[in-house]
Amino acid sequence: MGRFGTVVAVAGALGVAAARAARTAVTRQRARPARRSAGWQVVTIDRPPEQVLPAAVWPEPLRRLDGAVEVAVRRAPGGRGTELAARPRPHAAWPGLAAHLVGDDPGLLVRRTLWQVKQLAETGEVLRADRMPGERGPVVPVGTSPPPTDGRSR
Amino acid sequence: MRALCWTADGELAVRQVPDPELRNDHDVIVRVRRSATCGADLPLLTGQAPGLAAGDVLGHEFLGDVVEVGAAVRRHRIGDRVVVCASVACGACWYCRQGLPSCCDNGSTDPSTSEAEWGHPVAGCFGQPRAAGGFAGSHAEYVRVPYADVGAFPVPESVGDDRALFASDAAPAGWLGAEAGEVRPGDVVAVWGAGAVGQLAARAAWLLGAERVVVVDRHPARLLMARQHVGAETIDRRNADVTAQLRELSGGRGPDVCVEAVGGPAGEHRSLADRFTGRARVPEAVREAVYACRKGGRVFVLNGGVRHVDAFPAGAVVHKGLAVRGGRQHGQRHIPMLLDRMARDELRTEYLATHHFPLDRAAEGYALFRDRPQECVRAVFTPH
Ligand SMILES: NC(=O)c1ccc[n+]([C@@H]2O[C@H](COP(=O)([O-])OP(=O)(O)OC[C@H]3O[C@@H](n4cnc5c(N)ncnc54)[C@H](O)[C@@H]3O)[C@@H](O)[C@H]2O)c1
Ligand SMILES: [Zn+2]
Ligand SMILES: [Zn+2]
Repeated sequence: MGRFGTVVAVAGALGVAAARAARTAVTRQRARPARRSAGWQVVTIDRPPEQVLPAAVWPEPLRRLDGAVEVAVRRAPGGRGTELAARPRPHAAWPGLAAHLVGDDPGLLVRRTLWQVKQLAETGEVLRADRMPGERGPVVPVGTSPPPTDGRSR
Repeated sequence: MRALCWTADGELAVRQVPDPELRNDHDVIVRVRRSATCGADLPLLTGQAPGLAAGDVLGHEFLGDVVEVGAAVRRHRIGDRVVVCASVACGACWYCRQGLPSCCDNGSTDPSTSEAEWGHPVAGCFGQPRAAGGFAGSHAEYVRVPYADVGAFPVPESVGDDRALFASDAAPAGWLGAEAGEVRPGDVVAVWGAGAVGQLAARAAWLLGAERVVVVDRHPARLLMARQHVGAETIDRRNADVTAQLRELSGGRGPDVCVEAVGGPAGEHRSLADRFTGRARVPEAVREAVYACRKGGRVFVLNGGVRHVDAFPAGAVVHKGLAVRGGRQHGQRHIPMLLDRMARDELRTEYLATHHFPLDRAAEGYALFRDRPQECVRAVFTPH
């Protein structure tokens, strides 16, 4: 099977343009197999492409970046699942929530999103952190009035 | 609830913090019975812990009772007494499926953080800076356990809390050193470090058929334990030429397997000058192990504190044909076997719990563990 022999065309939520972009990216990738240049981020997901992008619909974490990224998919060698790549499109308008998250490093947002897609595909959930001290409410010396709890510890 | 927190001024103190809550469907909440100090915590206590925030809860070696169960949890019920692997792994990625859970891709809420540090994401850990996954620690009344079907294991009734506790971290770490160091029947095995991890690596070496086991440390009391409880020969490095003694104890060949399980604030005693300049020394024990090891032998590094190292004797690796490896414990794979051995009395670990403290005195327990290692091997906290 060729390097990108089993590209899953990514249409669905993205529309044809994006799918074409993905294919173009794939073609270019073929010429430079060693490294993904120009901001490509890639993760390997231990599931077959059909499962990673069922019916070529983007999974939720990626859908948040709709229109702002190009996506490419190929089967990983050695039965290791799917290589999922994405990169920001030049001059992308980041949709909705992504616009808040992107900050000044779109590459990092794309990377984090790919990890989330991977977690979701492999484990069925996106892992959430414990609430950190500030988010959980006050941290106070023992003996002073305790912060609100669900009553478990009393 | 009460928990041992890192405070804004870099101290430890027991504080009131909100109870943990289920955050994912595969989570359980555990009511902590025992939670222990670990050598891996010591670098966090040096006053310059990168990434720790005020209110972060420490602790990762623990056991307790399940009190809440997420919707997707299949293997646990409320009331189960479980020991929980100190590291967090998903059980479903390629690495987990290869039996390498400490290399898990999905053990963190932000894999890109450890990716930046080591090139790839690694399994998470409880009670560490947020970069280690985003999971609060176990020195608390309650703790949330993600991927509970993968990382929490029911404890056989006959195994007591103080024994089972070490199946969380020290025992699987020691086991890994011996197993991945490929200890074979008849081997001579040397272990650097007589903390809980080193002693359990020595014990694992016996169980895998080693014929001679030697433990190296600088604390006579810990070495005495290694002789009495593990049956190892010992070398006190304060007054011995370690390499020469190891050669002598191995008929001039050098040990077949060398396990590095040392710890301490920077993995080493540092001179005043080093502390002043912030310079880290070449890790004495890894270097010694590489020199001492027989040709074609195996060196296995468990030390969680080694970071960036220069002046490493790489030539010895080439000219002696060594295999040098390292790793973090694969408790998800080893804990059931270790609990089994505990139930059969093959693995007795309760003697390592040298000091017990109620949670309220946990800061005192850490001070003892850090400052008087010759008497305290593990401080164990009982929150309830
Ligand atoms: N790989 C893992 O999964 C894993 C798990 C737990 C702990 N660890 C690591 O294992 C190490 C040991 O853990 P512990 O809880 O037993 O720690 P500990 O601090 O209780 O014991 C470490 C021992 O190493 C000794 N030591 C220091 N420098 C030495 C040297 N040059 N030669 C010989 N001995 C030396 C110290 O005197 C001490 O007795 C730590 O580095 C910890 O981070 C690794
Ligand atoms: Zn530990
Ligand atoms: Zn995993």
